[in-house]
Amino acid sequence: MDIYVILLLDVINGASSLFLICLGLAIIFGMMKIINLAHGEFIMLGAYATVISANNGVNIWIAMLVVAPLFVGLVGLVIERCLIRFLYGRLVDSMLATWGLSLLIIGIVTTIFGNTIQGVPTPLGGFSIGAYRSSYYTLFLLLMAVLMMAAIYVVMRYTRLGLIARATMQNPGMANTLGVNPSTVYMGTFAAGAAVTGLAGGLLAPVSGITPVMGGAYVAKAFITVVGGGAAILSGTLSSASLFGALNQVGAYLTTPVFGEVIVFTAAIILIRLLPQGISGRFFKGNL
Amino acid sequence: MTQRLALFTQALAVVVAAVAIAIAPGMIEIFTLMQITLFASMAVLSLSLAFIWGFGGILSFGQTAFFGLGGYAYAVAAINFQDSTQAIMLAVIVPALFSAILGYFAFYGRISDVYLGVITLTVTLILFNVINSTSGDEYRIGEAMLGGFNGIPAVPTFNMPFDPESPLSPEQSWWATAGTLLLVYLGLRALLASPFGRVIVAVRENEVRASLLGYDPRVVKLMTFILGGAIAGLAGALYVNWGAFVGPTIFSLSLSAEIIIWITVGGLGTLLGPIIGCILIEYIVAGIGSQQTLNSNLVLGSVLVFFVLLIPKGIVPTIRDIATGLLARIGRGHGDATPATMPQTAGVK
Amino acid sequence: MAELTPLLRTEHLTMRFGGVVANDDINFTLQEMELRCLIGPNGAGKSTFFKSLTGQQTPTSGTIAFRGLPITGRLPHEIARMGIGIKTQVPNVFNGLTVRENIWLSARRKTTSQSLSAAVRGVLDLIRLTPQADRTVATLSHGQRQWVEIGMVLAAEPHLILLDEPAAGMTDEETLLTADIIRDINLSRAIVVVEHDMAFIRLIAKTVTVFHQGRVLIEDTVDKVLADQRVRDVYLGKKVAA
Repeated sequence: MDIYVILLLDVINGASSLFLICLGLAIIFGMMKIINLAHGEFIMLGAYATVISANNGVNIWIAMLVVAPLFVGLVGLVIERCLIRFLYGRLVDSMLATWGLSLLIIGIVTTIFGNTIQGVPTPLGGFSIGAYRSSYYTLFLLLMAVLMMAAIYVVMRYTRLGLIARATMQNPGMANTLGVNPSTVYMGTFAAGAAVTGLAGGLLAPVSGITPVMGGAYVAKAFITVVGGGAAILSGTLSSASLFGALNQVGAYLTTPVFGEVIVFTAAIILIRLLPQGISGRFFKGNL
Repeated sequence: MTQRLALFTQALAVVVAAVAIAIAPGMIEIFTLMQITLFASMAVLSLSLAFIWGFGGILSFGQTAFFGLGGYAYAVAAINFQDSTQAIMLAVIVPALFSAILGYFAFYGRISDVYLGVITLTVTLILFNVINSTSGDEYRIGEAMLGGFNGIPAVPTFNMPFDPESPLSPEQSWWATAGTLLLVYLGLRALLASPFGRVIVAVRENEVRASLLGYDPRVVKLMTFILGGAIAGLAGALYVNWGAFVGPTIFSLSLSAEIIIWITVGGLGTLLGPIIGCILIEYIVAGIGSQQTLNSNLVLGSVLVFFVLLIPKGIVPTIRDIATGLLARIGRGHGDATPATMPQTAGVK
Repeated sequence: MAELTPLLRTEHLTMRFGGVVANDDINFTLQEMELRCLIGPNGAGKSTFFKSLTGQQTPTSGTIAFRGLPITGRLPHEIARMGIGIKTQVPNVFNGLTVRENIWLSARRKTTSQSLSAAVRGVLDLIRLTPQADRTVATLSHGQRQWVEIGMVLAAEPHLILLDEPAAGMTDEETLLTADIIRDINLSRAIVVVEHDMAFIRLIAKTVTVFHQGRVLIEDTVDKVLADQRVRDVYLGKKVAA
């Protein structure tokens, strides 16, 4: 019996961390229709920002929730201004540029900090269910996922900014003619996506090995989740993160974590054969 | 007239290349020969993506998946059969089958470029993780232990066809590898000049028009993709033959990136450019590997960003454009501008 | 009495995009060797109709039959192979290839290799582009690109040719030539032409079908249609207003 409670916790954990990891990627994809191939490195930067500031005496919660998103958001802003904005209208080139960026960031971080640095301990401690142990941090990740979801929903639904964003998602050409400057929208989008990704990196820092190539461990799942979810930021990411997160954990429980990933990938391939526009392209057309 | 001249020049270049391949072992040291053997096997991989991306318009970010599968198929088969002949065949067949399955889902689902790039990249990442996790006795295929993170050491290298007792010397390996490169290059040139080759380019240029003329773009793209997978698999066999070793890093993200860089640097929409780009970049990477101050990721990333921003066409098309412009100037005797002809890569992106 | 199977027949053909009804219950019949003009103001559903006929979209409801065979919802390449060729509204050619290669790609599906180059030459002559045969299509003028596309459609030797605004953007001289060619093609094939230019319609038309707001408004001889008050109201009136 206890094992099922733990499994349920694992599924919740899998789905909520997947949601957090994907959200920034989905924001950039939903608005700009490009996949940011430096996504894994944004996560890594968030984790580094958290770990380094925490190791230098900053409160761990501030390091995770404030420093990481601010720092990575700033990095995203600089990257958009110096690189991405020259490649508008060249989808493939912008993806190639973010790939180059991904290597560049890994190279820079390796040069500065070497191949690994001291991590931070997981805050909040743990609890027991029968013979099994779990940590409160798992529940905290769920809470954060729910909070992020609510925050994005409120911003998109009830603010002027959100209205502009939704208009751009629906019809970029039309949004231009209404006096929305696409350059500003894309700049804001990229920075916001980076900040959200940085937050995810910060949140994962206590539960991950901190290395310059740590992003590689997350991107495969993030990419297929966003592709499977389609262009709608919230509904798409939420539905595919839940689906794939659950599949991944159950698959991992029944086989091995690696084959859990294979199962998710196979499911994603079949999904896009049936729904080429992703889940949201079929079921949540025009939604957030 | 000019066409004949061009054809003659090209035929001459092929003869020169063949002669150079033949006499190279006598001219250079064994260490250099080994190194250019490696470059030649990589160049075959480069051609596989140059073909499907540059001519088929298929954006595959994970060509290493087929390269790696080819390498592993070769290694497993060579250990089991103790004869490289069947192993090389399997190195072509296994990735071709895998690309057929993957391509079916991708092209019949009519997914976009962006999705295809991401999915092929993801396949590579997952294969890396899968192979990485295969350490232990239970992961064996016949005699071959997959070995997980440590890979498969002591893979039998190429032998004379159907004659396992006669392994190839390093010189013969060079001839086999470089000869394969030349043959793949010529084969692709011939294919692209053939009716099917023109249909491939037509689908890249305008999928809707091609289908309104009665061509099924899904079939054409699938065929192109499978051929690319097969060539990448062959390159994998050549690569494993070079090192007598295969490990999961053959699926690594950085190698996937390198292939993309070879083509971006050399020039999308050409076959020669990606070969040049490959050799150039691999030469630089080898140089970086032997010293400590510069990180290869740093250099590769900078090169990719630099080319995408400033020389998006790549080296070969850029030089060709400049040369064409100069010739036109000389031909006219004046510096008046001539309308630039549309490059063959138009409409790829 | 057995009725002759028409070349093309649509029954209750309807196409909706969300709340917009682009084609509403269209019953359209075309006989072998017929030349038909489709006219109607912008947004009347003419191009949508063509897209359903060629498989570029699947109609919401209704059926399409080509020589009695149902083709509703078939894929574009399947329909093209059955013998329906289309020149789309926006020039839809292989910009990176030469004129000859464009024609060749179309011709080779129908013609054996012996007669292939002759067939390509014939089409090049017909569309007056022999001197430009080895130029890249992207370097041609808009009018010439239209010709290339018409040439591609012809080279495939279809049984039915759909031309969506074949004379758009052409000079007067080119327009007259286009009319000549259309009449020539009609000696051996059925054609449906969508066109805005009334003078052009008068040059070629026998029977005219008028689309309005996704429905067939009237179908009659060219003189009767152009004299019809409703047609003047919806079509000519709008054109003046626009």
